[in-house]
Amino acid sequence: MKAATAENYLSEHSVSSWLLTTDHKRIGILYLLSIIVYFAIAAVAAALMRIELLTPPADLVSAETYNKLFTLHGVLMVWFFLIPSIPAVLGNFVIPMMIGARDVAFPKLNLLSWYLFNIGGLCALYAVVWGGVDTGWTFYTPYSTTYANGHVVTMIMGVFIAGFGSILTGLNFIITIHKMRAPGMTWFRLPLFIWSLYATSLILVLATPVLAITLLAISVERLWGVGIFDPTLGGDPVLFQHMFWFYSHPAVYIMILPGMGVISELITCFSRKKIFGYHFVAFSSLAIAVIGFVVWGHHMFVSSQSVYAGMVFSILSFIVAVPSAIKVFNWTATLYKGSVAFDTPMLYALGFIGLFTIGGLTGLFLAAIAVDIHLHDTYFVIAHFHYIMVGGMVLSFMGGLHYWWPKITGRLYPEAMGRLAAMITFIGFNLTFFPQFLLGYLGQPRRYHAYPEEFQIFHVLSTAGASILGVGYLLPLLYFVWSLKYGKKAPANPWQATGLEWQTPSPPPRDNFDEIPIVTEDPYEYPAEAEAPPQPEPQHV
Amino acid sequence: MNFHLFPEQASSIASESDWMFWALTGLSALICVLVFLPLCWFALKYRRGRKVDRKMEDLPTWKIELTWTLIPFVLCMGIFAWSAEVFFRMETPPPDALEVNVVGKQWMWKLQHAEGAREINELHVPTGRPVKLMMTSQDVIHDFYVPAFRMKQDVVPGRYTTQWFVPTKPGRYRIFCAQYCGTTHSAMGGWAYVMEPHDYERWLAQGSPEPMAVQGETLFRRLGCTGCHSPGSKIHAPPLEGLYGRLVPLETKEFVTANDQYIRDSILLPASQITAGYQNLMPSFKGHISEEEIMQLIAYIKSIANKTPEGYSR
Repeated sequence: MKAATAENYLSEHSVSSWLLTTDHKRIGILYLLSIIVYFAIAAVAAALMRIELLTPPADLVSAETYNKLFTLHGVLMVWFFLIPSIPAVLGNFVIPMMIGARDVAFPKLNLLSWYLFNIGGLCALYAVVWGGVDTGWTFYTPYSTTYANGHVVTMIMGVFIAGFGSILTGLNFIITIHKMRAPGMTWFRLPLFIWSLYATSLILVLATPVLAITLLAISVERLWGVGIFDPTLGGDPVLFQHMFWFYSHPAVYIMILPGMGVISELITCFSRKKIFGYHFVAFSSLAIAVIGFVVWGHHMFVSSQSVYAGMVFSILSFIVAVPSAIKVFNWTATLYKGSVAFDTPMLYALGFIGLFTIGGLTGLFLAAIAVDIHLHDTYFVIAHFHYIMVGGMVLSFMGGLHYWWPKITGRLYPEAMGRLAAMITFIGFNLTFFPQFLLGYLGQPRRYHAYPEEFQIFHVLSTAGASILGVGYLLPLLYFVWSLKYGKKAPANPWQATGLEWQTPSPPPRDNFDEIPIVTEDPYEYPAEAEAPPQPEPQHV
Repeated sequence: MNFHLFPEQASSIASESDWMFWALTGLSALICVLVFLPLCWFALKYRRGRKVDRKMEDLPTWKIELTWTLIPFVLCMGIFAWSAEVFFRMETPPPDALEVNVVGKQWMWKLQHAEGAREINELHVPTGRPVKLMMTSQDVIHDFYVPAFRMKQDVVPGRYTTQWFVPTKPGRYRIFCAQYCGTTHSAMGGWAYVMEPHDYERWLAQGSPEPMAVQGETLFRRLGCTGCHSPGSKIHAPPLEGLYGRLVPLETKEFVTANDQYIRDSILLPASQITAGYQNLMPSFKGHISEEEIMQLIAYIKSIANKTPEGYSR
């Protein structure tokens, strides 16, 4: 085990060395700090909603406040936490190292992305503090253009500006992956994390401009009364939904593909096995990205879109389920004859597979158009997408963060606490969201501030679960911060993982590698256990 | 605290919808078992430090991959076909359905039966007969949802949307607004009363209201429509007798079916679809007429669909 070299990317301490940095690793950390803030605000909004929903009548907050809370929760979680979470934090940190590069293709653009992201974020927060927005994160017209009070345009501008950050990040990643791979790093030697982020970046670049146009159109109608969506001005409100979901459905895949990439890294590392079906896992990411562009109409089965359009979107939605299923089967098969260790990242990965499978299967209910008619816009939908967004993306983000934490900070987090937090998160998550499937089947519509009393028992269970989930989020925050000072110094490769990012010290030097590595083998070439060097038992703190 | 695990079934489609829901639940449970069992079994059997045979045999990777690609694909197509067939029936109302007009506004439902009875936030329907709701909104998008019927449809300003069902079980069921529509969205609901047919007839006759078509005819005169659209009028305007349901040739050489939407658009945006052979003379009634009144006019024009126009100027 080599000691970390004295000079590393964290050595400089001045404020300007952070705010003007072009180092992809530092920018990753800047993103991490920013999204924690947005996540915390959005989580508080969720907590307030869950407390309000403990009892059927409205008591804790007014209807107006409640509506502002779920709008805030949705906007911040989607655009300011989930979308940047894995790509901008973990992607920024590890993509260049994984492919053997010294930085991304355009380091300055990378920093610009972060500034745009935060200008957007502050704009959205300003709208919140200044009085709030109650349109829901979906900004449906003509409510958002004509009827809603509040700072709709400011909020929209926030998302609009942050979107340019997304576009630049996507562009940066695509070019980095094309042009900056180390010698010998062929396309099919790329770790699957790179494939999934490549697919994600394609969506970021192609879909986000459509969101920008759509949001701009709302602003134009709201500010100057130009009839685009409001029928009294000669517009068409359903047109908005087509435009919005043309972006927002692919955005769902922006929020899960990177998670799938992380899981491929974790499953292989902690079972010490080559991934089963590399090409299938890699191409399924691209298949999801491509087919994901033509399924948006499944958000609109009851919107008055034509019967035949409904059927086409239904069949396409079933088809997009297949590549996801392929991934789950391949991850499972990877464990076969592996050497499986249940370290914290692996617990998150296994939790991901379980929850993502349930999230995916309940997606079939919603793709089945005759059943969707009943379930549409109920809590069933809420439960379904939280199984994907939280059970999938948040768990994989946490798994990835634990996995790369020693590399990022040069410190080990306390392993026992990590396992405990992973299990608390898993239990709390299920208790929060499983009852919501039943609520939805019983017919409870979403975005309800007050509800009939026959639904109460499920809301009580859900709120109880959310409290546990909250503990599951707080614990890592505490021990991660603790580990910065008191954690054991991390070796270069604490997990005995393959992958170029582990061949450089922890934390890495400014330029990642003293010498650019030359790649001679496929990813995940873990030696069979018999040949593996005896592993020192990880030291638990 | 009262609660139940199964929503009530009060329409003919409810049991079909539930059948599919539970079939999907069963299938999902089976798939979960098929994924989670091997997952747990592999994870435990091959956990690190345990002495087991880890020597990999040569697996026919391509065959395995194809198997678990094709089986889900075929399953998905099967579910699609099943659900599409049911959906198609859900979207095709029979021609003899009872008609109820629904107007949504922030935050209430205003309904009127073809026979004339009006109600607010309540819907009375008989068992055993198909009921078709003809719906629109006068402000934002709403959604008329009765969970016990397993039916829901957005109610969109500027358009007519429909839903239909055959109520089966007498009782009182909740109506919800399922599309977020502003501050008191969660209070925009009410009750659907499913009644035995004779009870329904009695309810309908209360206060002996005028049928919508008759109210529409009165309105038609009051608004001065007869000045042009009547036999003997000096002004060259298209006759409305026999119009409903017919194909109408337009100046643009297109054809449109004279359905509810067409009539609505012709009243509010007359210049948008000029009938071939006529001039753009009609004033817009936008702002002078409510959604309910438009529905009454449509009911009137529908009631004269079987008449033939006579005595119009050529």
